[in-house]
Amino acid sequence: MLEAKNISKSFPGVKALQNVNFTFYAGKVNAILGENGAGKSTLLKVLTGVYQDYEGDILLDGEKVTFESVKAAQLAGVGIIHQELNLIPSLSIAENIFLGNEVKNTFGVLNDMEMESRSAELLQQVNLNISPNTKVESLKVGEQQLVEIAKALLIETHVLLMDEPTSALTDKEIDRLHGIIAKLKAEGKAIVYISHKMDELFRIADTYTVLRDGQTVGAGEMSETTEANLISLMVGREVQIPPKSQGKAAGEVSLKVENLNLPHPTIKNRNLLDDINLELRKGEILGIFGLMGAGRTELLESIFGLNSRNLQGETLINGEQVKISSPQVAKNHGLAFLTEDRKSEGLVLGMDLSANIGLTTLKNGTLLQAGKEAETAKKYINELSIKTPSESQLAVNLSGGNQQKVVLAKWLDTFPEILMLDEPTRGIDINAKSEIYDLIAKLAESGKSILLVSSEIPEILALSDRILVMAEGKITAEFKAGEVTEEILLKKAI
Amino acid sequence: MNKELLKKSQSLLALFALCLVITLLSDKFMTTTNLWNVLRQISVNVCISVGMTLVVLMAGIDLSVGSVLAFSSAVCAGLLKSGLEFQSFDLFVGFTVLGGVLVALLVGLLMGLFNGFVITKFSIPPFVATLAMLTIARGATMLYTKGIPISNLGSSFEFIGSGWLLGIPLPVWISLIVVLVMVFVTKKTTFGRYIYAIGGNEKAAFLSGINVNRVKLWVYGLAGTMAAIGGVLVTSRLNSAQPNAGVSYELDSIAAVVIGGTSLSGGVGTVTGTVIGAAIIGVLNNGLVLLDVSPFWQQVVKGGVILLAVIIDRKSKGSK
Repeated sequence: MLEAKNISKSFPGVKALQNVNFTFYAGKVNAILGENGAGKSTLLKVLTGVYQDYEGDILLDGEKVTFESVKAAQLAGVGIIHQELNLIPSLSIAENIFLGNEVKNTFGVLNDMEMESRSAELLQQVNLNISPNTKVESLKVGEQQLVEIAKALLIETHVLLMDEPTSALTDKEIDRLHGIIAKLKAEGKAIVYISHKMDELFRIADTYTVLRDGQTVGAGEMSETTEANLISLMVGREVQIPPKSQGKAAGEVSLKVENLNLPHPTIKNRNLLDDINLELRKGEILGIFGLMGAGRTELLESIFGLNSRNLQGETLINGEQVKISSPQVAKNHGLAFLTEDRKSEGLVLGMDLSANIGLTTLKNGTLLQAGKEAETAKKYINELSIKTPSESQLAVNLSGGNQQKVVLAKWLDTFPEILMLDEPTRGIDINAKSEIYDLIAKLAESGKSILLVSSEIPEILALSDRILVMAEGKITAEFKAGEVTEEILLKKAI
Repeated sequence: MNKELLKKSQSLLALFALCLVITLLSDKFMTTTNLWNVLRQISVNVCISVGMTLVVLMAGIDLSVGSVLAFSSAVCAGLLKSGLEFQSFDLFVGFTVLGGVLVALLVGLLMGLFNGFVITKFSIPPFVATLAMLTIARGATMLYTKGIPISNLGSSFEFIGSGWLLGIPLPVWISLIVVLVMVFVTKKTTFGRYIYAIGGNEKAAFLSGINVNRVKLWVYGLAGTMAAIGGVLVTSRLNSAQPNAGVSYELDSIAAVVIGGTSLSGGVGTVTGTVIGAAIIGVLNNGLVLLDVSPFWQQVVKGGVILLAVIIDRKSKGSK
């Protein structure tokens, strides 16, 4: 049993956790719910010994414990499976499982036989019938997840923390994982399960703890609550985004793409983009829905000039044929591209806000104009209501939603005609989300053309005037706003 | 901002502490002659290291600076000594000091640009590309000089490395100008901003429409040019181009950059930090000589100081 009493943890300027209390029971699946930024990751890091400077007490089986390191937490029986897999692809399953806990003989030489046979046992425990010699890189994501669990089971684990373990899994793999969880539960382990997926939680969880803004706002038995109740606890208010009922009449065509083909880099006779044709009009929001790997990002990247070497087909902007060979050229043609991953592709995290916003508009071979740059940043902080102490705050210190607004500001300052938004609200909280929705709608109203890629159906339905569905590099369907349902969209995308 | 100031004052403090210790141990250190001497010795490493700073800020590395220094030094000396002769045209071109120096800088620039070209065009890691240049330029130097020093280059050339202006040695003036220009470039121009952006997140910089490859090309070009400036200073000081000039200078300059607080993973650091780093190394070298420490021990101590500096830097970064 794992208990927390009044746990608080602050970072400079932010209270990530404030007096968090919970009890996780052995033999049960204990769910933690909360929006992005609610403090879940911080809590996990406190529980697994990553952060040692917190206030409050952690009790393991009634005794107070302090973990000086990740290793200490492991040895005490607290294991974790991270959201992002932490396996080394080039090593074998057995080598990964025993990483850091290698079995050695008296001379310090690795005992591979022993490690392999014990790995095989562990793999059996998670119902994975693969040789422990297999390299991890050749496994599917779901299988890698199971290897992670096997790795956690290596050390006698009493409490197993799982951070969104199903976010990258197929339905089949999820079922398999849930089977394993049931088995572990029956063995008397306490499972702590973080997930966004309500249906999943109602299927497997026994208890829940809801975090909001770093505080526990509710806890209880899953059987005594409802989805609506949990959601309202998480957001603090009922939130619904109504789908757009009707698209508006749009203006002239601003972007036209004809017969776009992008060959697969390694597989012959396969195209990442397969004969894509689309038209985007002024003032229009064109939604592109598709599952992961459908070619949505590749489409935006290709339009933005990132694949110009292998790309076939034509691009027309305002009726004129253009050859976009690089982001610079794209920018000069009035294109803006908000990338999917703001941390690795959108921001220079170690730079301050105004420098980040300035990146797109600096002129080669000129002097910096610090005053003007700060002024521009202030303008956008104001307009987009970016929450930050000042424009000289480092980008790394902002929350996800505010970081996204900075990336948006960076592109708005180029005064683009066509904005391509790739998952503009991924991983940001609901409030910031609805603010970004408003912004997108406003931009369209002011006559900008918007290409919106999203894997969230409600988002697509709420914003788009027109919707294209992509699957396996092709456009498989086109709908007008108001004439399609979630089910149909999903069906066309599979 | 405050943190940056603190960090800088930290390395400055280390420099002062070092000076103090040496002063206490040797009465020869705090004499004007010796101090000017130290500054003059530092100036070569400062020039090279400032160029190296730009490269490292961009998360790159330039191992070729020592060899580029040697080759441009040899070319400079060769031209000054015997000019250029085109036998088939029966043409002889003599070089003034200015001409020789400019050609030397041009040679450095071209070699640096070549580094940049290979790195950007063929996506070769900077470590490998500049390692190749290290060998190529050294070989070229040997070929050009036939392994023999080129000496007696004239008193007006010698003046660059040995002369004084307004009571300050000329090399100190030159390195000061290099430093001031590069502080300005890194802090006040878009080019400088690009360097930090590329070091901080190359992909984001590229997707923002910055011509990353062109910036890289010129940064390596500048690093080569500044190595050549160092080459001219060394050559003029000795009034001779040595074929093995600048051996392992790349290590001293990387040390200066690192001690000065620039992160080898890019995006963080300053030119002024590097100057302090170079000063620490220079003072240390000088102190160890004054204290009669054996050359072998000098190397051990220098390595220890580098380690210590980086450890302290890590500590102060980690404890936020």
